[in-house]
Amino acid sequence: MSSATTPPDSDPTGRRRVHSMLKLYYGLNEEGTAAEQAESLDPCDINGPHFDPEVYLNKLRKDCSLCELMDHESCMVKQIRSLDSDMQTLVYENYNKFISATDTIRKMKNDFKKMEDEMDCLSANMAAITEFSARISGTLQDQHAQITKLSGVHTLLRKLQFLFELPARLNKCLELQAYAQAVSAHRRARCVLQQYSHMPSFRGIQDDCHVIMEQLAQQLRQKFRDGGSSAKDLSECVELLLQLDEPAEELCDKFLSHAQSRLEADLQGLEFIDRGCNEFVSSLCLVIASYQELFINRPQEGELASKNIPEMANGKLHVFVDTLAARYFSLVERRIQEEKGVGDNSLLVRALDRFHRRLQAITKLLPGSAVPSHGTEIVVRAARERIKQYLSALQTFYHDSLTDVRQALAAPRLAVGGASASGELLTSLSNFILNQLKSVLASVHLFTAKDITFSNKPYFKGEFCSQGVREGLVVSFIKFICQSSRQYCESAGDRGGSTPPALLLLLSRLCLDYETSTISYILTLTDEQFLVQHHTPVTPVTALCAEAREAAQKLLNHYVKVQGLIISQMLRKSVETRDWVNTIEPRNVRAVMKRVVEDTTSIDVQVGLLYEEGVRKAHSSDSSKRTFSVYSSSRQQIRYAPSYTPSAPMDTNLLSNIHKLFSERIDIFSPVEFNKVSVLTGIIKISLKTFLECVRIRTFGRYGLQQIQVDCHYLQMYLWRFVSDENLVHFLLDEIVGSAAHRCLDPSPMEQSVIEVICERG
Amino acid sequence: MDDDAPVIYGLEFQARALTAQTAETDAIRFLVGTQSLKFDNQIHIIDFDDENNMINKSVLLHDAGEIWHISGSPADKAVLTTCYSKTSENRVLTCAAVWRMPPEWESGSHESPDDSSNNPQTLELLCHLDNTAHGSVACVLWEPLGDGKRVISLAENHVLLWDLQESSTKATISSTATLEGKGQLKFTAGKWSPHHNSTQLVTANDTAIRGWDLRSMSQIYCIENAHGQLVRDLDFNPNKQYYLASCGDDCKVKFWDVRHINEPVKCLEEHSHWVWSVRYNHSHDQLLLTGSSDSRVILSNMVSISSEPFGHLVDDDDLSDNEENQQEDKYTSLSLMYLRLVQYNSIHFHHFSSAQFS
Repeated sequence: MSSATTPPDSDPTGRRRVHSMLKLYYGLNEEGTAAEQAESLDPCDINGPHFDPEVYLNKLRKDCSLCELMDHESCMVKQIRSLDSDMQTLVYENYNKFISATDTIRKMKNDFKKMEDEMDCLSANMAAITEFSARISGTLQDQHAQITKLSGVHTLLRKLQFLFELPARLNKCLELQAYAQAVSAHRRARCVLQQYSHMPSFRGIQDDCHVIMEQLAQQLRQKFRDGGSSAKDLSECVELLLQLDEPAEELCDKFLSHAQSRLEADLQGLEFIDRGCNEFVSSLCLVIASYQELFINRPQEGELASKNIPEMANGKLHVFVDTLAARYFSLVERRIQEEKGVGDNSLLVRALDRFHRRLQAITKLLPGSAVPSHGTEIVVRAARERIKQYLSALQTFYHDSLTDVRQALAAPRLAVGGASASGELLTSLSNFILNQLKSVLASVHLFTAKDITFSNKPYFKGEFCSQGVREGLVVSFIKFICQSSRQYCESAGDRGGSTPPALLLLLSRLCLDYETSTISYILTLTDEQFLVQHHTPVTPVTALCAEAREAAQKLLNHYVKVQGLIISQMLRKSVETRDWVNTIEPRNVRAVMKRVVEDTTSIDVQVGLLYEEGVRKAHSSDSSKRTFSVYSSSRQQIRYAPSYTPSAPMDTNLLSNIHKLFSERIDIFSPVEFNKVSVLTGIIKISLKTFLECVRIRTFGRYGLQQIQVDCHYLQMYLWRFVSDENLVHFLLDEIVGSAAHRCLDPSPMEQSVIEVICERG
Repeated sequence: MDDDAPVIYGLEFQARALTAQTAETDAIRFLVGTQSLKFDNQIHIIDFDDENNMINKSVLLHDAGEIWHISGSPADKAVLTTCYSKTSENRVLTCAAVWRMPPEWESGSHESPDDSSNNPQTLELLCHLDNTAHGSVACVLWEPLGDGKRVISLAENHVLLWDLQESSTKATISSTATLEGKGQLKFTAGKWSPHHNSTQLVTANDTAIRGWDLRSMSQIYCIENAHGQLVRDLDFNPNKQYYLASCGDDCKVKFWDVRHINEPVKCLEEHSHWVWSVRYNHSHDQLLLTGSSDSRVILSNMVSISSEPFGHLVDDDDLSDNEENQQEDKYTSLSLMYLRLVQYNSIHFHHFSSAQFS
């Protein structure tokens, strides 16, 4: 009834309540109930633990009306009824569980009983087995000892058999030359034999073995001594001998001496680095490797350890390698020195590279050895030598090309085309030289190529580039050019003037070009190509340029001098060979004057091809042309007339002295500038000065003086245009005529108009 | 002594011939011969007084012709030879003669300078070195250190050795040598060697230098192409018997060891035009004067090929009494001691005074 009054939503709470109460009953106290407990301290809470029915009832009675009480009562009844049913269900469930548990327990009881029976059976059996076993072992005790003894005897017998068979086997091995087998067999038996040597039978065996091994060692030594065996065979031999307790030192010596003889055989045939690298160095490496394996690196056993073999062996090895390498190096060096041809540098560089690379192998094998550094020195020397060779080759080339140029200059000129050749010759010459220099640089550059092993050595990185290539090759070559040019100045003219003037001129221009551009270009090129880092002071570009300029200046000066002297010579001969007192009245300009003008013109052309025009003094502009044109017309001639028509010798003298006072002093030979006008001025000055000097030591007749007048006028007509300052020509020519007048016995000068007519005609 | 001021002496006429008077050892004395076609030529005797830095001059008339070469006797300071050109019948011939200065010239010289031109005394002709058969005479050489009895004249291509007899009033040819060869050969210069007992002569013709032995009058050596062009002058090193200096139109001065004539010992190339003359200093053979038509006289100090190559170049005592200690000044003063002829702005001849450091 109470359950009916329970609101439908109270069911879950009711069930939980049941649970909690059961829990309470069983003493389980969950945490979750704590809150409920706190709540249910109220004695009126019907579900709380402190519920007091009296209080509750009183309260209800006090609070509620009858109706309410009735409702409450029915509700209470309902609740009680539901609780009862719950209780019943629970009891029933638990009862069922008890029954099934009792069943299980009973079943177990039965099973255990069966097991107990089986266990009893087992223990009985075990006892029986133990008994049996004890009985068996008791019976077998004696036989076991016997078997152990027998198997011991068996092995002993086998060993003995080995021993007895040993001599025969060794013999066989000897026959088959299976030395390694023999030695290992002997080694195994050796100790035993040693131990039992007091027994006669073993002793016999031992002796036999000794004899055989002696024989074997003999054979090995023989083989060792024989030249033919390869390094590998050899090392095998040595290994065996070492195992046979041969004295290690002696072996070292023998081994090395043997290797030496073989390597020397290599050396004798050693012709090329290639072969040297392939054969000699590799066999040397092999020898070193096997030697080290044999004597140095092997684990030291027994008494060998005490002898400190590795140290001794190492020392020997170093000496050995050094002596051999020294011989090898001397051969290589000789070979390299024979490599004179400069055609293809790459071969040499490759060979050196290979040489160097192989030697690196030795470094790896033999860390302390001086061999590789010697090798590097050789390479360095070879490189230096190479640079020298290139320098001399360049010099020869330069000389050759100069000879060519000289021949080209000497070749008969083909009209005007031949004259223009000197310009082309210059360009071709400088191009030739430059190209040659470039190709040499390229060849030398191979030394520093990345894939060459020695290129990263400090020498090749630093000194080779700066001291070797830049200074030794490029700078030396430029200096050589300057120097040889200067030599042309000194040697020429002494004995028949060996150098043609045109060559002097050409070289002068070449040097000048070098000064202005080529030197800095070449040096920049070199620096770039070789990444020169100047650790040491190097020749600066300016110094070289100054040298080149000096050479150019000297050459040009010399050119002027030579050309001047050639014309001078002509003039001198012409004045000296003539009888000026008894000459006839002048009709023509003398041929030699025409020749002088012609030569000057051709020099003008020649210089003009190579040098710029240069600056003239004011007269050189249009006005000078005008001057010339007026000059040839007779009226304006008066301007120069006084000096050509001296009234009296003293007058001339006076005039010229006054002239001298007011005109600038003329330096007969002042250094010329690098232009055409200056060169021509120099030449004409020298020539006219000569003319003057010659006139002064002659005595003239009347017509002689007149002839000089005609000649000078002719020169004046043509020479002014070549010089920077035409007053100079005028002055010198005035001097000549004046001097002639002074040296004249009967100074009656020719009419100016007549002179002009003669000159224009001729 | 005023070192700074050069001493200048002007001549009325142009001159090309100059010599130091070799027999005069007390004074610094030069002889200059003038050249004039129109007027009477003169010989100027110039004494340089180095204490007062003054010049005393005397003028003697030389009316035979213009003087191309002059040379004083080593033995008698009053005797001299000249080469002069004589014009006759439209021919110019250079002759040579031996002259004696009049004994009174020295008293005359001390008169005022104006007087000397007014009343010049005439040279006394001792004898002609007759050269009509041989052509023009280039120069006359006295036997160095000799007794003034022997002279050599170079005429065209002949070497003529003369003996002067009867106080130089008579000259006879004692021996001759002739240079044979193709072309017109002509001696341009010559020098009698003071070494080897004065038995050697050196001559120049065109570009060649030849040595002669005067005993046999034969050529002993020949330096062909000694210079690129004409050889103008020669001089012997006064102290080194095989050493010779030459100069020429190729602007060079060369030094020769006549035992090795293939190459010059040294070559100077300082001048820029013809080098007309070259002279060693008599006592300091490292000093060499060269005169050139480039208007320059160059005093070279050639210690390396001198007789004292290793120093003591300048001994204070030797040089002069009152020199400063600086070498350059010494050279400056030295260069004052020569007389140079400036003609037409060119320098042709100059001589070290023979007396200067005696």
